[in-house]
Amino acid sequence: MDTREKDIEKLKDYKYGFTTDIENIKAPKGLNEDVIKFISNIKKEPQWMLDFRLKAYERLKLLKEPNWQKPKYPKIDYQDLYYYSAPKSMKDKPKSLDELDPKLLETYKKLGIPLQEQARLNGIAVDAVFDSVSVATTFKGELTKHGIIFCSMSEAIQKHPDLVKKYLGTVIPVTDHFFATLNSAVFTDGSFVYIPEGVKCPMELSTYFRINASETGQFERTLIIADKGSYVSYLEGCTAPMRDENQLHAANVELIALDDAEIKYSTVQNWYPGDENGKGGIYNFVTKRGLCKGNNSKISWTQVETGSAITWKYPSCILKGDNSIGEFYSIAITNNHQKADTGTKMIHLGQNTKSKIISKGISAGFSDMTYRGLVDINSKAKNSSNYTQCDSLLMGNKCGAHTVPYIKNKNFDSNIAHEATTSKISEEQLHYCQQRGLNPEEAVGLIVNGFCKEVLQQLPMEFAVEAQKLVGISLEGSVG
Amino acid sequence: MSEQLQSDFDKIVKNSKFSNREIQLKKDFLNKFIESGFPNRKQEDWKFLDISQIIKKNISDLSYFIDYSQSNKIDRSTFVDGLEHNKIIFLNGRIEKIDFNHEDKSKIEISDETKKDISFNYENSLIDLNCAFTDKAFKILVKKDYSLKKPLIIYHSTNDSIKSTNINLRLDFELGENSCLKLIDYFANNTAKNFINIFYNFDLKKDSILKNYKIDKFRNENLKYSFNNIEQGNNSVSETFILSAGSDYFKNEVNCNLNGEYSSAFINGIFSLKENQQHEIRTTINHLVENTKSYQLIKSVLGKNSKSAYQGRIYVNSKAQKTDGYQLSKAILLDETSEFNAKPELEIYADDVKCSHGSASGSLDENSIFYLMSRGLNYQQSKELLINGFLLDVVEKITDLEIKNLIKKIIGLNEYK
Repeated sequence: MDTREKDIEKLKDYKYGFTTDIENIKAPKGLNEDVIKFISNIKKEPQWMLDFRLKAYERLKLLKEPNWQKPKYPKIDYQDLYYYSAPKSMKDKPKSLDELDPKLLETYKKLGIPLQEQARLNGIAVDAVFDSVSVATTFKGELTKHGIIFCSMSEAIQKHPDLVKKYLGTVIPVTDHFFATLNSAVFTDGSFVYIPEGVKCPMELSTYFRINASETGQFERTLIIADKGSYVSYLEGCTAPMRDENQLHAANVELIALDDAEIKYSTVQNWYPGDENGKGGIYNFVTKRGLCKGNNSKISWTQVETGSAITWKYPSCILKGDNSIGEFYSIAITNNHQKADTGTKMIHLGQNTKSKIISKGISAGFSDMTYRGLVDINSKAKNSSNYTQCDSLLMGNKCGAHTVPYIKNKNFDSNIAHEATTSKISEEQLHYCQQRGLNPEEAVGLIVNGFCKEVLQQLPMEFAVEAQKLVGISLEGSVG
Repeated sequence: MSEQLQSDFDKIVKNSKFSNREIQLKKDFLNKFIESGFPNRKQEDWKFLDISQIIKKNISDLSYFIDYSQSNKIDRSTFVDGLEHNKIIFLNGRIEKIDFNHEDKSKIEISDETKKDISFNYENSLIDLNCAFTDKAFKILVKKDYSLKKPLIIYHSTNDSIKSTNINLRLDFELGENSCLKLIDYFANNTAKNFINIFYNFDLKKDSILKNYKIDKFRNENLKYSFNNIEQGNNSVSETFILSAGSDYFKNEVNCNLNGEYSSAFINGIFSLKENQQHEIRTTINHLVENTKSYQLIKSVLGKNSKSAYQGRIYVNSKAQKTDGYQLSKAILLDETSEFNAKPELEIYADDVKCSHGSASGSLDENSIFYLMSRGLNYQQSKELLINGFLLDVVEKITDLEIKNLIKKIIGLNEYK
């Protein structure tokens, strides 16, 4: 057994806790104009893209890091981070999977990512992100047949500049909050999806993110555009190697649905949450926002959040088109010293707009879990309605569960209903399950899965199975 | 603003008989207030209705000076009929009369509290303002085992001699073991625009009962702020009822600390608002020990251009197992221009608790109106009937029968039999 394998053996607590030795090209440490130019240059970006980044950077200088959130974290030194790193073997883009660095392929195998055969079997096209550069994209052929564009962001900037130029930054403007603006200035790569008019995407599109190289904040940028009458379901799943230093992840995800289009965005997030004492772990400060631009459009967010030391995100919907629909389904599980402050924003601007929020929070150990949501019905959004339900489950008295909804109703034709409950697993339920032969952990798993059912149902099949397992794993050791 | 504050403060001090210690204490509060100024929307608690802007818009230049040397005439016509009661008359920023005629005088003790500092932590510049400018702060002690026979009504009124002025009132109450106090705040001020800032501090000992009813019914242009701090011992009960309808602006804050086991707090409120009124209720219930209970019900009926906000917070300490917390806010929006904001918040650190909140807002149900109209009522009548029914629910929560009937009479709610 060589040393690396021994290391892996040591880290078996965390299934995905390993790193690959690939030499990285790194931008110099720190954040300044030169670094931004370096990133732009290395990615051979056109001038307008560089201008976009520099504009964001100018704005960033005026912004302060927000501090209203519940989970506090040690101050991040933004000058002490690398803003770009790429696997060296990526210098010249490989033409096919066979040309890939075998070490990369090995990593994916360990992660269980179906990159080759498995991809085909599962009918999933995978755009795997290793550190900052997209490594390989499969199933391109099948998608091209339908005119669907599914590629990395850098490729899209080269090949489809018109689309990128038209939509990038329209939902999350460069002048948005601190982390979104930071992302606009230094984003490295991400996924780009365009579904042409009237096309129903024949398969689930999927990206696995993976954070590698230590001290590298990952700044993903995803843009999904569903043109008139189209449909797409997009999956995002994350694992990350074990690290002692905290790693910052500030991605931006923009969704745009035009007339009659539907976007379904599902996330399973299982990043390294830090060890049992709360040391290490990823900071997940992501900005996700969808715009229902056209009439009768629909955006649906589903998320299962089990990882990260701190999760701080609010996938939101701006319901601009008449009759548009926004949905948000979330399960957030925190254990040990994890902290989560998550929820959604539903901003109703168009008439007859509807939104639904189902949020399930489970906290165990010493963790803290906050649901924070905004429902804002504008005075012009006639006949709109919202339904919100957020339930929390507490395990033990060292953890916390909080609900902070903001409700603004400026339209007398519209209805808002909000419900929230907080409880624990009752002794009766546990007793009942144990009586029928389940051990306490299985019983809790069963009850929790029942508690989350409404959200798990919303996930695509393959994901639902994975998520269900994840829910069980995340709560291991929290009973008794 | 700070110059105005300073000069008005100096003027008051010059005309007063405050001791040096009192003046020093007041100065400290004044400096704290000058430092932070009026709260604004940047502060989370003032997000929905920004008091600094509202004062600027409605009053512009606020004066802080009140000439206490002039005597005021008490207007008896504003007194509540048909209910025997004790009185405190607070007129033009001064307590004119404290009258406990219906009670056993040996059981009630009244002392001057101006010399004392505030005993709890707060982050609220309006309390600083209050303490810097209150004339006299009294403490009313109800002794052990004594229940007041009749309710105490505090009349808040102003007359024409006072305008665009900041008026402050501070009272401290201590309820001894097994005592009971029914307190009605009756707002009769209908004169020109003033900013009225009220601060009550209640200390409820074991087994005591406090019932506080705030009645602001008659349309007036005043801006009001009221802060109740309630400390509760074992098995004590506090009941707060707020009728928020009369002023241009009214914010009621209730901060309740359930320090003793088996203590409970009830807060019920009604907003009934019309043109340009902006009202808010903000509650904080801190469940600090085991087996405590809280219940809140807030209902709004919002007419043209009006705006109401409800911020309710339930905090459950990790020690406070077996907590029962409930919160419900409902609103009916009658006009395109009305607006309802809510922030019902739960912050929970214990697992064996039952906490829930709900919030619903919307317009009157057309089907119900149709139902009533098909039975012979006209549109207006049907609407009124539905609104009355909606609000009656809250009034019915009042536990004191006499006062419940009084409030029903004041609101004009009749029971349809």
